[in-house]
Order: sequence, then C-alpha cells, then structure tokens
Amino acid sequence: MGDLTRKTAVELSELMTSGEASSVEITQAHLDRIGAVDGAVHAFLHVDTEGALAQAAAVDKKRAAGEKLGPLAGVPLALKDVLTQDGVPTTAGSKMLEGWKPPYDATVVQRLKAAGVVILGKTNMDEFAMGSSTENSAYGTTHNPWDLNRIPGGSGGGSSAALAAYEAPLAIGTDTGGSIRQPGAFTGTVGVKPTYGGTSRYGLIALASSLDTPGPCARTTLDAALLHEVIAGHDKMDSTSINQPVPAVVDAARRADVAGLRIGVVKELGGEGYQPGVEARFHEAVELLTKLGAEVVEVSCPHFQYALPAYYLILPSEASSNLAKFDAMRYGLRVGDDGENSAERVMNLTREAGFGAEVKRRIMLGTHALSSGYYDAYYGQAQKVRTLIARDFEKAYEQVDVLVSPATPTTAFAIGDRVNDPIAMYKNDLCTIPSNLAGNAAASFPCGLADEDGMPVGFHVMAPVMRDELLYQVGGALEAALADQWGGVLMSKAPELEVTR
Amino acid sequence: MTAEVFAIEDALAQYDPVLGLEVHVELNTKSKMFCGCPTEFGAPPNTQTCPVCLGLPGALPVVNAKAVEAAIKIGLALNCEIAEWCRFARKNYFYPDMPKNFQTSQYDEPIAFNGWTEVVVDGETYRIEIERAHMEEDTGKSTHVGGATGRIHGASHSLVDYNRAGIPLIEIVTKTIEVAPDKAAAVAKAYVSMLRDLLLALDVSDVRMDQGSLRCDANVSLKPHGSTVLGTRTETKNVNSFRSVERAVTYEITRQAAVLASGGKVLQETRHWHEDTGVTTSGREKSDADDYRYFPEPDLVPVAPSREWVEELRATLPEAPSTRRVRLQEEWGFTDLEMRDVVNGNALELVVGTVELGVTPAAAKKWWLGELARAANESGVALGELGVGATEVAEVQKLVDSGALNDKLARQVFDGLVKGEGTPAQIIEARGLALVSDDSALIEAIDRAIAANPDVVEKVNSGKPAAAGALIGAVMKDLRGKGDAAKVRELLNAKLGI
Repeated sequence: MGDLTRKTAVELSELMTSGEASSVEITQAHLDRIGAVDGAVHAFLHVDTEGALAQAAAVDKKRAAGEKLGPLAGVPLALKDVLTQDGVPTTAGSKMLEGWKPPYDATVVQRLKAAGVVILGKTNMDEFAMGSSTENSAYGTTHNPWDLNRIPGGSGGGSSAALAAYEAPLAIGTDTGGSIRQPGAFTGTVGVKPTYGGTSRYGLIALASSLDTPGPCARTTLDAALLHEVIAGHDKMDSTSINQPVPAVVDAARRADVAGLRIGVVKELGGEGYQPGVEARFHEAVELLTKLGAEVVEVSCPHFQYALPAYYLILPSEASSNLAKFDAMRYGLRVGDDGENSAERVMNLTREAGFGAEVKRRIMLGTHALSSGYYDAYYGQAQKVRTLIARDFEKAYEQVDVLVSPATPTTAFAIGDRVNDPIAMYKNDLCTIPSNLAGNAAASFPCGLADEDGMPVGFHVMAPVMRDELLYQVGGALEAALADQWGGVLMSKAPELEVTR
Repeated sequence: MTAEVFAIEDALAQYDPVLGLEVHVELNTKSKMFCGCPTEFGAPPNTQTCPVCLGLPGALPVVNAKAVEAAIKIGLALNCEIAEWCRFARKNYFYPDMPKNFQTSQYDEPIAFNGWTEVVVDGETYRIEIERAHMEEDTGKSTHVGGATGRIHGASHSLVDYNRAGIPLIEIVTKTIEVAPDKAAAVAKAYVSMLRDLLLALDVSDVRMDQGSLRCDANVSLKPHGSTVLGTRTETKNVNSFRSVERAVTYEITRQAAVLASGGKVLQETRHWHEDTGVTTSGREKSDADDYRYFPEPDLVPVAPSREWVEELRATLPEAPSTRRVRLQEEWGFTDLEMRDVVNGNALELVVGTVELGVTPAAAKKWWLGELARAANESGVALGELGVGATEVAEVQKLVDSGALNDKLARQVFDGLVKGEGTPAQIIEARGLALVSDDSALIEAIDRAIAANPDVVEKVNSGKPAAAGALIGAVMKDLRGKGDAAKVRELLNAKLGI
C-alpha cells in the first residue's frame, strides 16, 4: 500500500473503496506528516486533529453501512484560512481575527462536508489575502517545500505548500489576482481559478468582492477536477454566483486531449522581465502541445499591460470597504477598551494594532481612490480598463479556444527578497491578474524546473467564462505528456523534506 | 447659538423658505432587505440576526425581491419612472450600529425617479416633485446609557440592537419645494400625511411613526424675497409625527431668519428636533467634505425589473388619492367647499368609513366636522384618535333616524363617548338621554306651559299662530330638551286648535 501521504486523491479513494485503507488511517497518516514536517514548512495555522478524525470516522461508518459516497469521501484536505468553518478558528492571516470562531460554514465548506471530504485544518496566507509570498501573514511565513529558504507564493502559500510537503492531497485556495495559480506554479502543483461566479464566495472573507474566486488545488489535474466538481455550482447565498451547470471538468481531465484545440500564446506575457528558465519551460510545453495536435498561434492582448495598475486601484478600493467591518465592535481583536475611550477611539486603536503594513497600505490606497474628486480618475478609469481587458479576451477567443502564458515571470524567490519592494512583489501577478479582471477561468499546471535554480515553473492556461473544462483538457494532456518524459508527475522530483519528528 | 428666534410672520416677511423632504419608510416585508431574518418589531434585542445582517466576515447579501416589488409600487404610486437597470452602492462611514461600516444603498441609480404627487392645503392643491425613491437597508439601533439626554454625549456606554439592521427601507426624496411662504410648513405636513395614507393603501409599510417605520428628515433653507440663489440648508432629523413636521419646519424658518437678519451665516449641518421643547439643536456639522466614497456594491448584481412586471404591478395599484377625492365628491354630492372642509379637516377616511355603514354623507360630515372636530380640537388630539370611530357615529345616527335621539341629545352621547363613558346605549342609560315621546307626559308639560303663558295663548287666539313657537320652547325647556319636538308641536297645535 505504501506511504498514504504520497497518494493522489484518486488513489486514496480507490484504497478506501477496496477496503485497503480507512479514512481514519489516511487522515491519521496526514496528521502525522503535518506533525513531522510542518514545523519546517509552516503551512498550517490551525490543525483540527479531533474534528478531522471525527469526520473521517463518520465517512468510514457510512462506507461500512453501504452508503453511496462521492469520489472524494474520506480524502483529507487543507483549507485556506480565509474560508469560514463553523466553530473552527478562522483568521484570514490577521491578528484582527485572532481567536475568532465563525458560527457558520462557508458554502464551499458545506459542500466539502456534504461530499465527505475531511478538513485537516486551516492554512497560512498573506493577511486578508494581500500578498504573493505569505510574508504578510501575521503568523509567520510559510516555507516552500522545494527550498525552505524560498517563499511558496501567495496569498495561498499555505495551501500549495501543504500539497508539496505531502501534508494533504487536496487543498482549497482563493484567487483574487493569482493567489491560487502563483503558489501552484511556485510549488509544482496544480492550481485552478474557476470562472468568477462558478464557485460561491459565501463565507469567503472578502478581499475584493468582484475578483475573489475560491478554487481547487491538488498535485494532479484529475484530483483538482474532482475537487472542482465538489465545490462548484450555483449558490443562492451568493448573488454573483452563476446559475448554470458546472462545466464537465472531470470528463475533460480524464479525456486530456488537445488534438485540434486552438491555443493562443499571449504575446504581451513574456520577454523582458521574464526569467529565461521560465520562458524555456513554457515554450517547451507549448511545443509539446503542438506535437499532441493543438494548433498554436500568437495572439495580442494590447490592454493587458494596463491590468496591473487597474487591478491595484480596483482591489484596494473594494478592500478598503470590505475591511471596514473590522472595528472591534462585534468580534475579533479589541484594543483600548478601558471604559474611558469612545467607541470611535477603540475602533482606531484596534485597526492601528490589528492590521499589518500591507493591509494599511491598501486600505489607504483604496480610500483615496474612492474619494470624491478622485473616483473618476482612479476607480472609474480602472473599471474602463477592466472592460478593455475583457474585450481583449473576447477578441482572442474568437481566434482560439484557450490562451496560454507562463504563470509567473519568475520562479519562487528567496524569503525576504522583495518585502521592501511592493512593486516588485506586485509584478508576480502580471500574468494572472487579467483573468481576474475579466472573470474568466484560468489555471497553472507544473511544466518543469527552471535551469537557473531548479525551482518549479507554472504553465498558465486561460479559458472563456464557464468553459473551465478546457483548462483541464490542456492541463491533463500536458501532465500526461510530461509524465512520460519524467516518469511521473513533477512533484516526484521534489526533494525529500527532513522529517523533524 | 447666538441668535434668538424670529416670529414666523417676521421671518416670512423677509425670506422665502425652500424645503426638501426625505422620508424613510420601513417596509413590512416578512424578511430583511438582504437576508432571511424576520423583521417583526419589538423582539428582544439581537434575536433577529444572522451572519449577513451582523456583517460577519464572509457573509454576503441577496436582494429581497418583495422589497424591490414594494419599491416599484411606491415609485409608480408617486408617478415615477422605474429604472430598467439599476445598482446598489456602498455608502462608507464608520458607526457602531452599522455592522459592515457601510450601508448598502442606492446612489446615482435609484429604482424610481422623476415623479410627482399632490397635496391639498386650505383647499389649494400643491404639486410636489419627487426626485427619487431608492432602496436601502436600515442600521442597528443604538441606545446610549448613563447620560442625561439619552444622546451619545455624556453617556457611559451604548447598547446596539441589530434586529433593525437590514430592515428594508425606501427613501423618498422630494425636489425642492417652493410654495407660498406661509404655506410651506403646512404643505410639508400635508405631504408626509399624504405619504402615510398612500403607503397604507399600497400595503407596503405599517407606517407607524411612533415605531420609526416612517421617519422624516426636513431640509430647510431661506432666501431673501425674490432671490433665485438658494440659501444654506440644514437637515433636521428625528421628526416623527405630522405635527412635528410642521412645527420643526416653522422653527427652522424662524431660527434661520434670526441668524440671517443678524448678519450671521446658517451652518450646513444636521440638526435634532426636540418634540418636548419644540426646538432644533445643532448636531453634526455636515460639509461638502463629507465623503461617503460611494461605489457600486460588488456583492450584488444589478436590479433589472422587466417592463412586464412593472406593468403588472401598476395594474395592482389602488386608486390615486386625487382621483378618489373627485369620485367621492361626485358620489356624495358635496360642493367643492364641503369637500375641501372634509379633506382639510382630516375627516375624509372617517367620513368614508361612516358612509360605508349606511349613514348619509351629509350626516357623516355633520358629526365629524361638527361635534367631533370640536371635541378633538378641545382635547388637542387628531380627529382619528378621539376614541370615536365610524361604528359609533353610525350607531348614534341610527338612533337619531329612529327618533330615539335628537341632535342635541346625540351631541351629549358623543360627549360621553369621547370621555370614555361606554357604549352609546350605556351613555343614554346613564345620562338619561332617551327622548320623551310619551303623550301624557307631553300633555302635562303643554298644560303647564299654557297656564304659565296666558299672553302667548292670547296672541295665538288673536290670529298669530307663529307665536306658538314660544310655547314649544317653554315645553322643551320644561322637559330639559328631551321632548320629541315634532310630537310636542303636533299635540300643542291640537290643543290650541290650529
């Protein structure tokens, strides 16, 4: 049977179906692994040992009783700490919410529970999902399992690192500007940002409401597709949720066929500023897809160059309003409540103490961008850019089925490298942001290691709104072809972590 | 505050008031604007809340379709255009009773806009232009404890009840109202009163001003006679009865006139109305720098009511008040003046109710505008709050019609009703008000009158039958008004042979 933590979700499911392993055994194996390596990786902010084992036991009981279970029943998962889970501490990586236990489940969590997925705990992230490295977490940085001196990406670095460190076979992330895909790329794992509205935001602690999208993370394309299917679909609790059938992602991942598929390489996402090793692996992957029968053309999306500045007006604007609720009145941190200070003063003191520097920076940016007299020049203008970017996508999709680019301009950088240069940090998301602005589906799949540093490179695929299955078609084909070359998925090349216990 | 207050006449002699009224209406939907929590008034604090209306991290709003329906009905009843597509916006400001520290409201895209309505004051019809009616959510309710005034200033702590947070509100905003200066305050009152009737007829709100389900903010500014330049306005909040609307507007006119006449400047500010003392006091200073950083609510999709739905709702609207008045006047056969008296006397609905119970319109009008209006005036309450309803009026009138009471006795019955002495039957019994129509008792009284007034009898006998009226008066006096006058005349005439 081997090491249960090395298995894919599909393999674990088969072991449970055949009776070779129970969910409790599988869950315990992952809890043990977390105990052994998380001191070094720090992927988790909270491990719910008791809750996870109880969920696992419940699934085992149902299976023993002959109940029909979904394909992921009993499989463990790591949940990004930005989603509420009833009674389980949820911080969004901020001191502001230290000790807060939500009284309700996010829709994604409800669906995971309904599918019998076992939630191991909550993963680290940049505070309120603001960052690309987890260095903005109020609870310390997560380390990249490929090289513990490097960042795992962000904001969802904890979820992707948990996969890469074999602490969990599945994870949930949320993607506002690349927070699923960039950590996926940096850790050699699969990260999918579904179509905006394809997965419910109910219970997702909002960063930027018009951009935030929960999505699946896994070590293989098929595992990601299975998780996608569990969490996606219309939710009446989220007005922006799309009331359409979930795209056939699992079928697409299994089919893994790109013959005849038209693939557009985005001209603007490459060249200067891109690490040579990243470009090399990306172009090899494109060639591989051509060999598999895809038609590859170059496509221009001229407005993508304005995506980053527009994003850094829209995101802070929405965030400044979304984060106003953290005022010490009803939950979370409260500072200065000495019986003398006014409510307003307590709010000020709490927000001063509770928010980190990046959060304050973005609140100030957003507050300014929305002020009267500046609104049109900043927020209004950024919305126009957003429309132009969406049109670039529409035009491109008239020519091709999917667009591709590197997921990130570089591989994972060293911890501390960019903390004092916010702009350099923001540029991590150059390739991923356009899809958030346009709301379409996108994903990063592992496509090799950069020659310079031996770190993983992500292959970025972008598909039209509600055509998420195309991502899996491409990702699945690429994964299969590369596995033939490598003799397994890229993760199998990751260095062994030194087990601390 | 330096300035004293001008007499209203002096104020109006120099300045023209310009008004703008913002009325907040709490809808009577079963659930809140953006979540499924109940809206019932008076539940224990914080028992009607959920993650959404508490603004917990991660929670999201969903628009209540019933609230949109009510908003459209209100818009249509106010002759507004209904937006084909409109969005909610966030109004950002920090306050402990705002769970999210922004209010989800509508800003530059209201669901209803460009309407008008009419009110009648002293027989004149005034047209009021409606700028907009938009949807928003109510805030929680703060109670400030430990201070002298119940206001936040001086309080030791505050309690917040979030049951009210998220109750659907419609804010109805007028364009500037410029009418004959001496009518301004009365028009304001009539407008709010008309809105109340309209909202009741639409069945979209309980419109209980005492429970805060109808709240009025009055914007008042003054400009010198003939000037076209608007003055600086104040916004008086917390004006929560029809009478207060009139009083608060009048007070602001007199206060601002005094400020301006002494060379001062009216501050653009929020002011609080004090029902007990009848004055407004300065609240928060409001300047153009007040910045709510409005932007479209990204958690909600646009509201796009189909034209078919709008027309369906239009078809369900009750008759417009102005159309109804014309119809009733015709049905009742009232003159313009009579109808005006009924409307201005706030007796329209009472007369309608009384007529529905079978009383003639003339009789209904007579009681409501006569005896009952006088009683209401004397005790300083509204006609509708006298404790006498259409049922009682119809009951008394039936007794008059049957000859059991005359008008004079009926007035005494109403007096008893107003004083809470019981039902008409109990009052007649207790006060001994039954009409004397027993022949023998009447004949005895007639004999006494004839005996006591030989000179009158002499006049009648000498060919002046009209003089008999004095004898009737004497008989009625003898019977302390309880005689059946017609019967007395008949018996007396027989006795005197005329």
